[in-house]
Amino acid sequence: MKKPELLVTPTSVSHIHDLANAGADAVMIGEQRYGLRLAGEFSRADVAEAVKAAHQYGMKVYVAMNAIFHNDKVDELGDYIRFLAEVGADAIVFGDPAVLMTVREVAPHMKLHWNTETTATNWYTCNYWGRKGAKRAVLARELNMEAILEIKKHAEVEIEVQVHGMTCMYQSKRSLIGNYFEYQGKVMEIERKKYEKGMFLYDKERDNKYPIFEDENGTHIMSPNDICIIDELSEMVDAGIDSFKIDGVLHEQSYITEVTKLYRRAVDLCAENRAQYEKEKDELLAKIEAIQPKHRPLDTGFFFKETVY
Amino acid sequence: MLLKNDKISEIIDGKRVIVKKPELLAPAGNLEKLKIAVHYGADAVFIGGQEYSLRANADNFTIEEIKEGVQFANQYGAKVYVTANIYAHNENIPGLEEYLQALEQAGVHGIIVADPLIIETARRVAPKLEVHLSTQQSLANWKAVQFWKEEGLERVVLARETSAQEIREIKEKVDIEIEAFIHGAMCSAYSGRCVLSNHMTARDSNRGGCCQSCRWDYDLYKLEGDKEIPLFDENDAPFAMSAKDLNLIRAIPAMIELGIDSLKIEGRMKSIHYVATVVSVYRKVIDAYCADPDHFVIREEWIKELDKCANRDTAPSFFAGMPGYNDHMYGSHSRKTTHEFAGLVLDYDKETQMVTLQQRNFFKPGDEVEFFGPEIENFTQVVDKIWDENGNELDAARHPLQIVKFKVEREVFPYNMMRKEN
Repeated sequence: MKKPELLVTPTSVSHIHDLANAGADAVMIGEQRYGLRLAGEFSRADVAEAVKAAHQYGMKVYVAMNAIFHNDKVDELGDYIRFLAEVGADAIVFGDPAVLMTVREVAPHMKLHWNTETTATNWYTCNYWGRKGAKRAVLARELNMEAILEIKKHAEVEIEVQVHGMTCMYQSKRSLIGNYFEYQGKVMEIERKKYEKGMFLYDKERDNKYPIFEDENGTHIMSPNDICIIDELSEMVDAGIDSFKIDGVLHEQSYITEVTKLYRRAVDLCAENRAQYEKEKDELLAKIEAIQPKHRPLDTGFFFKETVY
Repeated sequence: MLLKNDKISEIIDGKRVIVKKPELLAPAGNLEKLKIAVHYGADAVFIGGQEYSLRANADNFTIEEIKEGVQFANQYGAKVYVTANIYAHNENIPGLEEYLQALEQAGVHGIIVADPLIIETARRVAPKLEVHLSTQQSLANWKAVQFWKEEGLERVVLARETSAQEIREIKEKVDIEIEAFIHGAMCSAYSGRCVLSNHMTARDSNRGGCCQSCRWDYDLYKLEGDKEIPLFDENDAPFAMSAKDLNLIRAIPAMIELGIDSLKIEGRMKSIHYVATVVSVYRKVIDAYCADPDHFVIREEWIKELDKCANRDTAPSFFAGMPGYNDHMYGSHSRKTTHEFAGLVLDYDKETQMVTLQQRNFFKPGDEVEFFGPEIENFTQVVDKIWDENGNELDAARHPLQIVKFKVEREVFPYNMMRKEN
């Protein structure tokens, strides 16, 4: 049975070696100048090194260029894309059509993965971006299992699904943390403080904690839980989903590596020895629960949830 | 660099005038609001049908109502656009073709769309519909605009995050109609990239289920080890992502000179009083500027007029650059309007000076009221005796939609409105 690719976001070049040993098939890296909400910040030199390291293990490297671009960066996209082609990146992850247009101009053979995070919600639109040049569509996290399977059934492009980690709920161009500090009159400290790590919003009514951070792309607010469906992979493996992503953003390196190992085991068993997977899956889940940070409860995201409108 | 688009102004008889007048585009949540918006001077309105639009809670138009709305608008030479700007899920695909065909047959001029599924389906089954790209695509650079032009779209609505300078660059580089927001509520996130409602209330924000979680209060903490450190003092208002409403009245001249093709007012959920007030003010600003741009001054009374229907503070947002803390609301997320809608004029008898008016809020003899409308200059007067339809004198106009009569010294016209200060 075809095994989905296990795609992980590393925090650094050295982490790629750990992830290779843990069983990752591919990594997604990048820098915040072009990419959104990455687990680590990779300069051009880092990207070049990361590609070398990963390819040594037969792992693929995808580079994030999925920011919402304003005019100021449009003219430099070509240079970065050319660089990525030269160092041998395996694909570019994009959301903004400006990236697609530039790839056509400067590196027409570069593979493209379409990922806007929230708007890949039906099979027709996944195929639309396929006709425009994308090889893969990364599905919105707000879909349930049934919708994912139906998209896969009709898809003419590869389908990537996030199976683990936090997801983005909100991105604003506004400097929301900096503005709040300024409103409080803490003017002098803002530049330093607004980029600090570990901030969260507390929602009293729901007793939820939403991680929040600011970077070059604005303010990002993240889901209160980490998705974990290590014990619910069967249907997607059977359907032939092409890639399972573990998103490590805002997590520790060692945690991401451990989770990768456990998913490696889960995917292998699920594809090759279903009976053993059924036997072991609760244990795999328990192993993740055991290393889960206290502030990050696990849930199953939208896979089994009803959403109305 | 010269703007690529049509010439914006010309010298006529020694005086510069604007020859490229932008469209004033107004929201219309139902048929009554559509008629009011058009009557008060909108060049075009956008409405929502029963499906595929982003205001699941609005009362929205049936196909029959859309037909009637189009017929009404056509009498004024105004256009009707239908929003179909959800990000569709698989389950929304069945029925889409029939819906778009019905819109085309109803004579709708265009649709406002985000999802390529709907763009391509419209092209295939309803080719007479113009297709405008919704702000839900958060379009913020010229190259992405170029992409959508090459896809054959007639018009794009830019991301609300674009500045005047960025709009200018886009206009210079790509020859496509640009629609930009001038007034109304704002998403504080990049549109289409917010799923707060999905997480907090299991309602899909990109299919019209937005519950405005960005206007709720949150407490900001920092995690140090296992310790949660509050980043606010007792006296601080809580954290919020709440953006003040947009108000670009002072920027209209600049927007006209940029050659922006359509100036859009947000608010399909707003009342007819709101629609009438905002449309009539922007109508006056656009007309006055276009007639004599070099001697134009913004009148304080226009700015005050807009305030009469505002229930939130306003700000210019991204047009002038990055919004600061002053563009946000902390603590309270709305306020009472200074004025309320008191009645809609149905008829006026010039001889007896009696108005026939439909009551929309409580008023009584002795109240000072203000009349406004496209045919008249605003004026105030004190209400004297009030009668019901049958000539019985009333101590007050108490009942919603009740028909009442009283004396109004100056001539008023059907669809004129009466408001009073709170």
